[in-house]
Parts: sequence; C-alpha cells; structure tokens
Amino acid sequence: MQDLDACVMDVLARHGRDPTRLLQILIELQDVLGHLSPPCLTRVAEGLSLPRSRVEGVAGFYSFLHAEPVGRYRIHFSDNITDRMLGAPALMETLCRKLWIEPGKVSEDGLVSVTTTSCTGMCDQGPALLVNGRAITRLDHHRVNEIAELVRQSVPLDAWPAAFFMIDDNIRRRDALLGASFEPGSALKAAISQGRADWLEQMRLSNLRGRGGAGFTTAVKWQSCRDAQGKDKVVVCNADEGEPGTFKDRVLLTRFAEQVFEGMTLAAWATGASLGLLYLRGEYRYLTTPLRAVLDKRRQAGLLGKDILGETGFNFDIDIHLGAGAYVCGEETALLESLEGKRGTPRIRPPFPVTVGYLGRPTVVNNVETLAKTTLIALEGGAAFAATGTPQSTGTKLLSVSGDCAFPGIYEYPFGVAIERVLEDCGASDAQMVQVGGASGVTIAGYEFHRRVAFEDVPSAGAFMVFDSSRDAFEIAHNFVDFFAHESCGFCTPCRIGTSLLKGYMDKLAQGFGAKMDLADIEWINRLLRNASHCGLGTTAPNPVVDTLIKFRPAYERRLKSLDFEPAFDLDAALDTARRMTGRDDAGAHLNGEASAREAQR
Amino acid sequence: MSDKPKLRVATTSLAGCFGCHMSFLDIDEHLFELAQLVEFDRSPLTDIKHCGPCDIGLIEGGVCNAENVHVLREFRRNCKTLVAVGACAINGGLPAQRNHLDLGACLQEVYLSRDGIANPGVPDDPELPLLLDKVHPIHEVVRVDYFIPGCPPSGEAIWKFLSDLIAGRTPRLPHSMLHFD
Amino acid sequence: MNGRFMLDGQPVMFEEGQTILQAAKAAGHYIPSLCWHPDFPPHGSCKLCIVKVGGRHVSSCALQAKDGMEIESNTPEINGERRALLQMLFVEGNHFCPSCEKSGNCELQAQAYELEMTSARFNYFFPVRPVDASHPDILLDFNRCIFCELCVRASRDIDGKSIFALTNRGIHKHLVVNAESGRLGDTDFSALDRAASICPVGVILPKRVGFAVPIGERIYDEKPISLVSMEKER
Repeated sequence: MQDLDACVMDVLARHGRDPTRLLQILIELQDVLGHLSPPCLTRVAEGLSLPRSRVEGVAGFYSFLHAEPVGRYRIHFSDNITDRMLGAPALMETLCRKLWIEPGKVSEDGLVSVTTTSCTGMCDQGPALLVNGRAITRLDHHRVNEIAELVRQSVPLDAWPAAFFMIDDNIRRRDALLGASFEPGSALKAAISQGRADWLEQMRLSNLRGRGGAGFTTAVKWQSCRDAQGKDKVVVCNADEGEPGTFKDRVLLTRFAEQVFEGMTLAAWATGASLGLLYLRGEYRYLTTPLRAVLDKRRQAGLLGKDILGETGFNFDIDIHLGAGAYVCGEETALLESLEGKRGTPRIRPPFPVTVGYLGRPTVVNNVETLAKTTLIALEGGAAFAATGTPQSTGTKLLSVSGDCAFPGIYEYPFGVAIERVLEDCGASDAQMVQVGGASGVTIAGYEFHRRVAFEDVPSAGAFMVFDSSRDAFEIAHNFVDFFAHESCGFCTPCRIGTSLLKGYMDKLAQGFGAKMDLADIEWINRLLRNASHCGLGTTAPNPVVDTLIKFRPAYERRLKSLDFEPAFDLDAALDTARRMTGRDDAGAHLNGEASAREAQR
Repeated sequence: MSDKPKLRVATTSLAGCFGCHMSFLDIDEHLFELAQLVEFDRSPLTDIKHCGPCDIGLIEGGVCNAENVHVLREFRRNCKTLVAVGACAINGGLPAQRNHLDLGACLQEVYLSRDGIANPGVPDDPELPLLLDKVHPIHEVVRVDYFIPGCPPSGEAIWKFLSDLIAGRTPRLPHSMLHFD
Repeated sequence: MNGRFMLDGQPVMFEEGQTILQAAKAAGHYIPSLCWHPDFPPHGSCKLCIVKVGGRHVSSCALQAKDGMEIESNTPEINGERRALLQMLFVEGNHFCPSCEKSGNCELQAQAYELEMTSARFNYFFPVRPVDASHPDILLDFNRCIFCELCVRASRDIDGKSIFALTNRGIHKHLVVNAESGRLGDTDFSALDRAASICPVGVILPKRVGFAVPIGERIYDEKPISLVSMEKER
C-alpha cells in the first residue's frame, strides 16, 4: 500500500489538495495506477477531505475512468456511424481475433482490452481508435495487424511508429477565419484601445451567435456577465467537442490556438473576468502539451497574466481542464459541474451561468469557434463582420465534413451556404441524406438539399455527415440512438429511461422482431424525451429517429415482422437453457413464432 | 337488454396462483347478473379445454413456460378483447422474482447438485412444458387491451371493470379499487 | 414582487421567490411530484411535476412563478405524459408491490394510483440489484430506487454524513454508500438520521417493523396522494 499512498499523496500535492480538481486528480492517478481501485478512491477522499461516496460517484461517471482493472493497452474503437461505414467493426473483430480476446473484456494476462467508445472526432480520417488515450487514425487491416504485433510484444507506446499518431488538419476551404493571417495580440490591442464598453458595442454590432449549436447571441451573454453581481468572473472555453461527426474545434485548437486563447482574453476584457478555463475533451488530450506551450508563449508576450499589454488591472490567465469521456459535459452547466470536480450533471436553469456559474461566480461559457471568431470582430469591427453571412446568422461557419464524399475535412463558408453547394465542393456525387449538426442535429433528405446552413434554416454545430444511396437510414439512426443511451447522464427520468427504451425498440427492429405498434411506441417516447427532459441531450436525442421516421420511413417499415405485435425477444431461444438442461428437442420443446408460421405459408 | 346476444368470455391462469379467479368468484351475487349477460368458453369454471371465438379473455398470471405461451396465443387469437388480470399478468409478479437468477444454475441446484438428492436429473418428460429463461408479463408476449391491477384485484374491482366493458364503457377503476397489492 | 398566474384557467396568487409548484400547492392546487420535498431546494429530476407554460414544458418545482403566466397542469395531455414517466420508472426497477413492505405507503405507487396507471406498458428491464442487509437497523433494497436523491441530499445537507451518492451514469446509474466495502453496515449511518426516513419508495427500510400496519390503514389506502400531500403541508 506504500506505493498507492505515495502515489496518491504525490498527485494530490501537485493539485494543491483542491477538491475542485478531483476529476484532474483521478485522471492522473489512473495514468499511474492503471485503474482506480476502491482503496485508491478511499485515499483520495481522505486526502481531499471529501466524502468517499462523492469521490466514487465522480469516478463512476466518466467513461474513461475505470473502477476495474483494465488492460495495460486500452484500445477504444471510435463507434461513430462514419467510422462504422469505413469498416471499423470488421477491423475491431480482426484485432480481437489476433489478440485472442473478446470485445469489452481484458485479456487474462492483463495485457490488453479492446472496446468501443463514442465518436473520437477523427471522422475525416477514420476509422480511428484511441490506445491509452492517444488517437490512431486511417486504420486498415495492415495497420491493425501492426498494432496487434506491437501489443503482443509489449512495445511501449512511445516506440510505436510516429506515423500512427499523425493527425491531419484536412482544411479544404478557407474563408474569413482560416484564411486570415493573425498576429497574436493584435486583436487584443485593438479591443483595449477601443475600451471595454466600445469593444462590447462592436461585439453587439457583429451579431455573433454561439457556434456550439444553440446560437445564443454572444454579446448578450458577455453583457449579462459583465453586469452580474459578483467578483472573480470566469471565461470558459467549451472544447468538449463530443457531437458525433464534429471535429472543427480539434483543428482550431491545433492550428489556431492563438485565436482561441485571444478570444478568451477578449471575453475577459469585455466582462472583467480574471480566470479562464479551457475544458478539453479527453479524446483530444494529446493537444494539452502544445496548448500549454501556446499559453506559455502568450504569457511571455504579455498577452496573459498581470496587466495584460500594459493595461493596468487587466489580469487574466487560462488553465486547461481535461474531460474524461462524457458527451453531456458539452452542455454548459454540466461542463461547469465537471470543472468543479463533480459528476457532469446539468444544473437547473435559471439561474444561468452568466450570473451563477463556475463555483457560483458569473461565468461566460463559449464555444471554441465562437471565441476564435471574436478576434475578427476586434480587428475589422462588428459591422464588417456582420456584412458576411445572413442578417440572422452573421459571419462564417466551420463545417466538419465526413462520410461518403471524396474530400472530407474542414470547410469554412459564409453562413447561408446551400447544402448542395457543400456537397458539390466535397465531392459527394451520390448523396441521399446529410446529417447536419451531428447526432442531435437535423436529417436532410435529397429533396431539401437546396436548404441553407444558418440558424434560421438548418442550424449546425458544425457536423456535416454525408450518406450515399447505399446507406440505410435506419442503421444511421440506430447508431445515434445507441450513442444517446450511452451518453445520457441519467439525471432525469425521461432521458435516463427513455433513451434506453428507444434503444430497445431500435434493437428490436434491427433483430427482425419489429411490429407496427413499435413505431407508435417509438413516436410516443420521442415525444416524452422532447417535452420532459432536463437538458438538451434528452430533448434532442430523438431527433434522428423523428426525422428519419418522417423522411425515410420505409427503412423502418421494411424491418417489420408483423403489422400488429411481436415480442421483443425470441421465444424459442428463451427455451434454450431448458432444452440444454433436459436434453429435449421434441416438437413440444420449441416455440415457433406465429409470424414465422405465417411466413412459411407464403 | 335481454335481446342482446350474450358475450362469450374465456378465462385462464398461466403462471399464477388462481387467486385472481378466486377473487372473481368473490363478486358473489353479481355472478347471477353476469350469467344473464355472458356465457363462458374455456375457463376453469367450465372445464372447456380450448378457447373458441370469444368477446373477452381474462388472463391471470405471467408467462413462465412454453405451455403458457401456447395458451396465451390461443386466447389472443380468439378473444376480441384481452385483459391482463392481476399483478402476475401485469408485471410477472412473484414468479418473476426468479428473473435475477440464471435458469440453468437454478435447475442445476434443484435437480442435480442439491445435497441428498436420490435420482439426479432434470425432468425431461415431453408432457412437461419447458421453462423460459425469464418470466414475462403477458403484454411482452401478445398485445393486451386492458389491465386490472391487484394481488388479487378485489371482486368489486373485477365486477366494476367487467360491467363497464360489457356496457361498452371504457373501463375505469376509482382510487378505492385501484391497488397493486 | 408578488403576482398572479393562471393555472388551468384559475387564478393563483404567489409571493416573490415561490416556484410554480409551491404557489399552486399553497393555493390548494395539487401538482404531482416525487423528487420534490418541502425541506429541500428543488431537484428537478423526476419530471413528474412538468407543466406547460406558454406552450413550453417546464419543471414546476424549479421554475419561479412570474406574473401573468398561463399554466396547464391537470390536463389529459400532461397527465398522460406524467403517467408515461411513471411507467418508465416501473419498468426500470423491480417494483413488485405485493411483496414490498412499503406498499400502501409508497409515493411511487400512490402516484400511479393518482394518475390511473394500470400497467407499465413498456418492456421490463428486470435489472439485477442485490440488497444490502449489513446494517443492524436498516435494510437497503436497491431494486426500488427511483433516483430522487432525497437520501443523498438529506444525508449530505442535514445529517452531514454523505452516506449516499450516485455513481455510474445513464441507465447504469446506481446508489452507493460511503464505505470502501460498499456495505451500509460499515458506515456511520443511523436509523435516527433524516436520510433513514426520507425514502419515498421502498429502498431504505427500517428493520423489524415491516407489514406492521394492516392493509386498509396505510397512508394511501383510503386517500389519494393528492389529498394526503395537501393535508400534510397545510
């Protein structure tokens, strides 16, 4: 136990025994110990003077934290529909076969475990996986064979071929943000010279709206935070890019981190905040080192820290917090809970974060892209920014294009771009369906390709997944339903149970037990999720099913076994155990379904 | 009223204890009234072995074995209106409390590895229905139209429900008659 | 600022800071709920108290009343949705009322009576959830947990012990106790704790007193929860 104690003490000391750093502490401890054992959680609780039950609650919430021993190599295949379409399931099967293990189980020697995880944000270069948290993309059978060999020979990750860990930017179309050359500090200088009030006025003129999906007007958020009672205001950058099919924030944080951090500092200038926090999804953990390097550079350049750019009293610094596999933390109040070292459960709103946010302090939470865009407003003025896009959706939008197209990657367009234009540019010649905005977004059928990406028409957090005529809309919706059932935080009744019930119905249809009645039940559950859920995860979870049931209904109908009713399970298979135990196989030892009898007559 | 043809009613108990049937008999003097309105098809009361076309089927008990499935399907095929009567039909009830146990391990324990067992062997007579690995409420096996909760539902509740149904009203139980135990 | 809102077409007066549910109850209008408790801040998880305000669904326990609100609560639409939420809770856990000693005093069951739920409609999950009988005075039967977190809140905020917490997430979310062994007997939990008597369902049960009250004399045998709850809080 000496080892465990020393290890825990060391990590706790590094985090100043601060309970708000609980999640960061658990992540680091797991790095060293492999998993978070019951005694480990007890030590952490003692060391932080927290109830053990709370520590256990937090450790159990996040997908990437393990209470049970896991393999020394932990391999997670990204399970987004785009990875699946690129052959991820077969590759995972191959890897498991080569390693003699079952998916989801640890090999007997404790060497390796292979399982799936939600979209890892590498859709433009999938299929992808994470090995001990590090992303490997462009998987094929050759690469999977190599991985199996490296694992079998216990080669340390650092000695794996560097090419495995190369991640491409795939920037395909540049516009105002991606096309501009940026001098770090230039936007900040401009805003400081304008003064706080005029800077906020420029923001108002720009009519910039949040790029995370909800589209709330950024200037209103900033103004409310500035006007809120309370000192020590906070600016949070939401880099928990978990929406399946979205990866634009990854590219911004890789190539445009200066703009993102400068945007956070611009928000601090407007609101008077002193603390900045970037919440980075665990899947992008490999970006922490380069991001910290950028922060250091900015501190040295006087762009962070005390008296920024010589402006007395303008003090602001930024820290990075890691997530650990929880989509719900993209919801801003769940994100704040997670930042405070708690379970990522969305709060009751109101009060909104701008008045009661991180640790009760007035807090602005903005998306990565939103913050980066503010640098353009500072440099060119709000009016110039508002001159592009549409009146309700000003400026440009980054789209993460993936799926059935020749050129997946990042495309920056002025808002209002037609879906068919994007399809043409990305080389999607046979598209029958586009999922805009990710799993929680909108399913667009061929007859709607003239519609435009804009808050007032087809809103999007950035995902743009293309599906050609060979794809099955039911399978796509099924994948998204599985995703939501896995990611529901479980706080409220409708989402906790409804997403699982919905998954049950979709599984039933997929297994060939579907009945017409099920479609009515599915629609009823969709309605409950929409109406009664606590947060956006639950209210948007049914979107892909609602949309595909309207626009691709035959994909469901062709799976129906009966027009009336079918049990959700195989009655004959439910007699397997009794048949085995009795050794019987006579006619009375079987239950053939009535529907199957009818089929036989046909 | 007397000109109307009588409704045909069938009843059965699957994985149940016949407590709901006993409660049905508790409607006492209403039985005479009921006899004016309905005639019974398959039921423990008539000893008719198979169900013919019926208006109403009353099912007590959940589904625990292959025979239950056959009987339940026969009722669903023949009854215009199928009613789940009592806790076991509605959520599996007491028999369903075996659902957290593995059936194989159960049979192993009872018939093979138990101390002092004389002739170990799982009974395999083809006359015996095979057990399903889980006990299911009847609505998981066939479509069910109405539910009368209770363990058992009181005679009063059954009578209220049936008289509504026979009169063509959507059956409704007042608070005093709606209970789950 | 005090004000007035319309609830199902009837005027309800409220005081500054009151939520819709509080004001409605004070004025004699019942709104069903499970996770709400007068001694605690709103939790907003069970969603049974949903109402429609200006066409939008909100949790009435959590939203402060505003002057002029038009609220729908006791309507076939909202009650239908509430019934479906109850049905979800019934299939999620193992709720075998006939063999549960909380039967007749259980708020989940009473809400099901209140909202005329006769079946759970959906397929049962039949989860495997072992009981914990390690404590000398209290039995924990996790099969019936509805995740209202009242025990979590009472133990943390009133007893100052944090005996209970939730771990995991989604449909796998479950209650844990404050001990490395995971056993209630290894905590400092007491039958006198507020958390010991706050469970609305049959999870936290005092030992040796089960089935003491005969059928017919239990809390919800005669009176529906809408009446009992209004009498209790008056």
